[in-house]
Amino acid sequence: MNRARTVARQIWQVASIPFLAIVLAFIVAAVVIVVSSLFTSTGFEPLLPLAAYGSLLAGAFGSDNAIYNTLVAAAPLILGGLAVGLGFKAGLFNIGVAGQFLVGAFAAAVVGANLADAPGAIGVVLATAAGALAGAAFGFIPGFLKARTGAHEVVTTIMLNNAAVLLLTWAVNDLVRAPGFSFPRTGPIGNSALPILLGRNLHLGIPLAILTVFAVRWLLDRTTIGFEIRTVGQNPNAARYAGMRPVFITALTMTLSGLLAGVAGAIQMLGVIGFYAPGITASVGFDSIAVALLGRSNPIGILFAAILFGAFRAGAPLMQIETSVPVEVIDIIQALVILFLAADLIVRRVFRIRAPKAEIVELKTVTQSWAGGAASGAPPS
Amino acid sequence: MDAIGTLLRLGWEFLVYLVTVLPDMLPIILGLATPLALGALCGVIGERSGVVNIGIEGIMLMAAFFGYLTGFALHTTIGSGPSLALGIVVAVFVGALLGLVHAWLTVSVRADQIIAGTMMNIAAFGVTGYLNRLIITPSGLGGAGVIAPFRIPDTLANLPLVGPVLVMFFDQGPIAMSVVFIVIILQVALFRTKWGLRTRAVGEHPKAADTVGIDVYRQRYQNVILGCALAGLAGAFLTLESTGSFQNGMTGGRGFIALAAMIFGRWTPLGAFGGALLFGTATALGVVINVRVPEGDLGTLLKSIPTFWYAALPYLMTIVILAGVVGRSTPPAADGVAYVKEGKG
Amino acid sequence: MSDEQPVLEMRGVTKRFPTGTLANDTIDLDVGRGEIHALLGENGAGKSTLMNILYGLVTPDAGEILIDGQPVTIQGPADAIARGIGMVHQHFMLVPVLSVAENVVLGNEIVRAGQLLDLGEAAEQIKLFARKLGFDIDPGTRIDQLSVGQQQRVEILKAIYRNARILVLDEPTAVLTPQETREIFEVFRRLRAEGASVIFISHKLDEVLEIADRITVIRRGKVVGSRKPAATNENELAELMVGRAVNLRVDRGRSHPGDVALEVAGLRAKDDRGHEALRGLDLVVRAGEIVGIAGVAGNGQDEIVESLMGLRRPTAGTVRLAGEELTRATVDHRRDRGMSFVPADRQRFGLVLTYPIDDNLALTRYGDPPFAGGLAGIIRNFRAIAENAVRLMKEFDIRAPGPKALAATLSGGNQQKVIVAREFGQEVRLLVLDQPTRGLDVGSIEFIHKQVIARRDRGAAVLLISAELDEVLELSDRILVVFRGNIVGSFAAEEAQREKIGLLMATGAARA
Repeated sequence: MNRARTVARQIWQVASIPFLAIVLAFIVAAVVIVVSSLFTSTGFEPLLPLAAYGSLLAGAFGSDNAIYNTLVAAAPLILGGLAVGLGFKAGLFNIGVAGQFLVGAFAAAVVGANLADAPGAIGVVLATAAGALAGAAFGFIPGFLKARTGAHEVVTTIMLNNAAVLLLTWAVNDLVRAPGFSFPRTGPIGNSALPILLGRNLHLGIPLAILTVFAVRWLLDRTTIGFEIRTVGQNPNAARYAGMRPVFITALTMTLSGLLAGVAGAIQMLGVIGFYAPGITASVGFDSIAVALLGRSNPIGILFAAILFGAFRAGAPLMQIETSVPVEVIDIIQALVILFLAADLIVRRVFRIRAPKAEIVELKTVTQSWAGGAASGAPPS
Repeated sequence: MDAIGTLLRLGWEFLVYLVTVLPDMLPIILGLATPLALGALCGVIGERSGVVNIGIEGIMLMAAFFGYLTGFALHTTIGSGPSLALGIVVAVFVGALLGLVHAWLTVSVRADQIIAGTMMNIAAFGVTGYLNRLIITPSGLGGAGVIAPFRIPDTLANLPLVGPVLVMFFDQGPIAMSVVFIVIILQVALFRTKWGLRTRAVGEHPKAADTVGIDVYRQRYQNVILGCALAGLAGAFLTLESTGSFQNGMTGGRGFIALAAMIFGRWTPLGAFGGALLFGTATALGVVINVRVPEGDLGTLLKSIPTFWYAALPYLMTIVILAGVVGRSTPPAADGVAYVKEGKG
Repeated sequence: MSDEQPVLEMRGVTKRFPTGTLANDTIDLDVGRGEIHALLGENGAGKSTLMNILYGLVTPDAGEILIDGQPVTIQGPADAIARGIGMVHQHFMLVPVLSVAENVVLGNEIVRAGQLLDLGEAAEQIKLFARKLGFDIDPGTRIDQLSVGQQQRVEILKAIYRNARILVLDEPTAVLTPQETREIFEVFRRLRAEGASVIFISHKLDEVLEIADRITVIRRGKVVGSRKPAATNENELAELMVGRAVNLRVDRGRSHPGDVALEVAGLRAKDDRGHEALRGLDLVVRAGEIVGIAGVAGNGQDEIVESLMGLRRPTAGTVRLAGEELTRATVDHRRDRGMSFVPADRQRFGLVLTYPIDDNLALTRYGDPPFAGGLAGIIRNFRAIAENAVRLMKEFDIRAPGPKALAATLSGGNQQKVIVAREFGQEVRLLVLDQPTRGLDVGSIEFIHKQVIARRDRGAAVLLISAELDEVLELSDRILVVFRGNIVGSFAAEEAQREKIGLLMATGAARA
């Protein structure tokens, strides 16, 4: 009994602030919903949030299908959250998950379409690998630039996000446009689609994503490479002194991060969407940041946070249909969650709890390396 | 050898082309540069005081939306002109308000500055998307229109040499025209006034400023709010002076390009303005190339480049400039580091 | 100095920090008008806290402050300045990129039309004050182009500009050469002649005896004695400071130098800003000897250490360890060959504060057996890391709840012991020590000095770099002086003379 109590207390120590941050975010969002109902044609509805959250819950967990939807929505978030979280561990902020996701999805779509008639196993594996490589490339560029020149990844990744959308639009329109459709898109992926395991849409990507969680955890905790990544994030100067190479680690981590995001795009493409067309947007970019922060950059924490956010995304359409509350309220909740995690003082005051600060230590390195400062670990020439 | 010859020839043709299209480009450069310049100035004031703000994009977007919303809601009752003016006021106010939030998060709560900025961006996309879908889109109505630009008399516009420059700076809307003045005022203020000295001290060595009795927190609050008010003005420009409408995410990365302009300009107002003009010129070039296609080999070469490269030019330029310039110029020493007044507890 | 009203009285000042440390315990202090008063104590005794309270940077839990007999409340530096108290901190409060004039007037600017700075007027006033204190300065120079001694004088000018009558200086001579120390003491005398009082915090017994009119000794937050220099001596003061009879000199014993271990020839290197920091530096360290490098900070010491470590690439010259050239070798390779380093900034380079002690003790050999094994050497061996930690913590007396305690929770002395344990704990060929005892209490200093000598006697070659000339003189068998990137003097310990070394440190020449 005592053992259970100690474990419970440990979990509470770590998870209390993220959990309460979500609760507080929902409360504040409820206020937003109520206040903004004043401006709609249906007028002031003080109980609207209850109905909305009820629909949200139903849409996420209310039936077998709903649960499958939640898991399907969670899968890319697991990988995206791991991507951002891994970056955080090395003191890097990968906001480029959106772009890496898209190029990964595109690469998987193109390879998948080309192998549509090949045996499924080959198609799936190669298409996913293509997605991984594409994402890795889009992670490598900002990683390399950060490592060699100090150009901060926060800006370069966002620029690449924008450039990626333009690049892929042109690619679909002019390079790989599949004939016979009324709008520009890639061809059908046929056998390269991820096999469905349960229900209508629970595809192979979900267990793959969960496995990746444990792979990343193993990498970070048990290997020397993981030790290097963490040390570079905690103290790049000490890392150099210890014989590590922050330049290499920075580039490697961003590449791995991009790879994870690319796989996220690949499994979303092969498991859900099936073809690439311009206009595919990815909320997975910002969602992954929220997931990584909620999960405190810890792979297991990220797993739970991703399922939670998958639930939000899966349930939101039903909420919008049933109560007319726009799905963007999830974006607002997401921003609030991040706010309360960053300013966890608020959470602790409101709920009067005493818990250790929710900060992610490596974020100091992210900010201190903003303009090519010494903390970036770049060696003087 | 032949390759070098071709390159030189192409380079020469490009220069000639530039000169011929300059009169077409100049009028639009300032308009393109305005939001970047204002955003960069916001960044300069903040970072000179030691506060990093990557949420400029979000602040611009929010201000753009609420400025538009004001015009949208009021123009039928009080007319276009007054509602546009009020829209600018609201946008600047929203910017300042969000600046207050950012200042509170970074200075008082001492949250991580990059996360605080990211939160601002996410919140902006969420709130503007939410309200857009809730209020504006269902109505099917339009906004208050666009602020009529100031027009200089034709006699001045047709002056040789000077004419196009006059057109560039004065044949614009009020916000775009004010940018030059704001830049000059800030440049003088930062380096020649009491406020500027204290700002720089607080950004380089806040402890030193503290020990001579300067209130570091207050200086940072004031500056962040002031800077973000400028970002609000940039937002107002986008929806009230430039386009007259609102689209989700219309800032399109300008807030981040502004940061690159700031770094390129070595954290000075004049330099930031120069950076903004550079980006504006590049974008203008991208626009003009499609309209007035150059002849000859240069034309064939440029026509064969897919159009998305021109659209992507500002983003790629940002990356190249950051990679080339960062690390060679030094930011204020205490940039991004939260200040903690020691030992008072 | 006289029987009249003291200009400053502090009564019953008490301060306990949130961490639990009782920094000041009912301290009483009075300082007379026109008096040079020394606050003596070892690191961590509470002297800085007391002065921070006086300057309003720290709020006391109890006690009162009286100026000219009137009780005053000081809630911040602005109050302190208004009451005529000025402070020169150990780490200068000067903005490096601004000029002397800008730094001096900051916060009390001279303006025209409300906001425009009048730096011309400021310059005039500054030149006037400087002349009164016996030196010259160009108010337009940027701070980062001044020497440390000059910067210190700018700090004093800041205080005088604000009409300070009580000037507090925290460890003013820590970073000065013997000549600069003499010069600053002259400034103190001039200040005294003008009727101002000077309080200076120090742990240097000989200086305090030379310049102070009265000495107050603080130990563990309490005042343990107040003396006039004429009525006391170094031994009594040392005993008051530490609470027991102290061995002022550690017994270095004889060294038995063997083969050449480290050989540096013609080393050239640039600093972070691209200027030449090392200009063809030569030095030799033999096994079984301690070579100390004395010099004013900023003459290339950092670059020497970084070049030896492999963190900075020299532009010319060679570094050889036992004959093997390592000039361009990686950090890892150098450690493989038996080089160990104790860095100057322990929290920035030597430790990862957020890691537990055991990870820190294995930090520099994390990738090698026994700390890593399986699968091409990438799987970490936690058992080996734990065993290593337990062993070293015992051997080096590192006080902590256990090997999993985070390094951040350790005291400065214990943190340094972790680094020392890690670097000393192997068979080292060459030990490079950079400011190994900075900011540590006497007990830790003694311990580390003894360990250094023990390693020397076991055959290691030791290169010691320290800004504390005393430490260099005490520990080294041979002393080198570095000036502007070259070694300008070499002495055996027996022939070393403070004056000569000080001159070389300051000017690079044997004669003034």
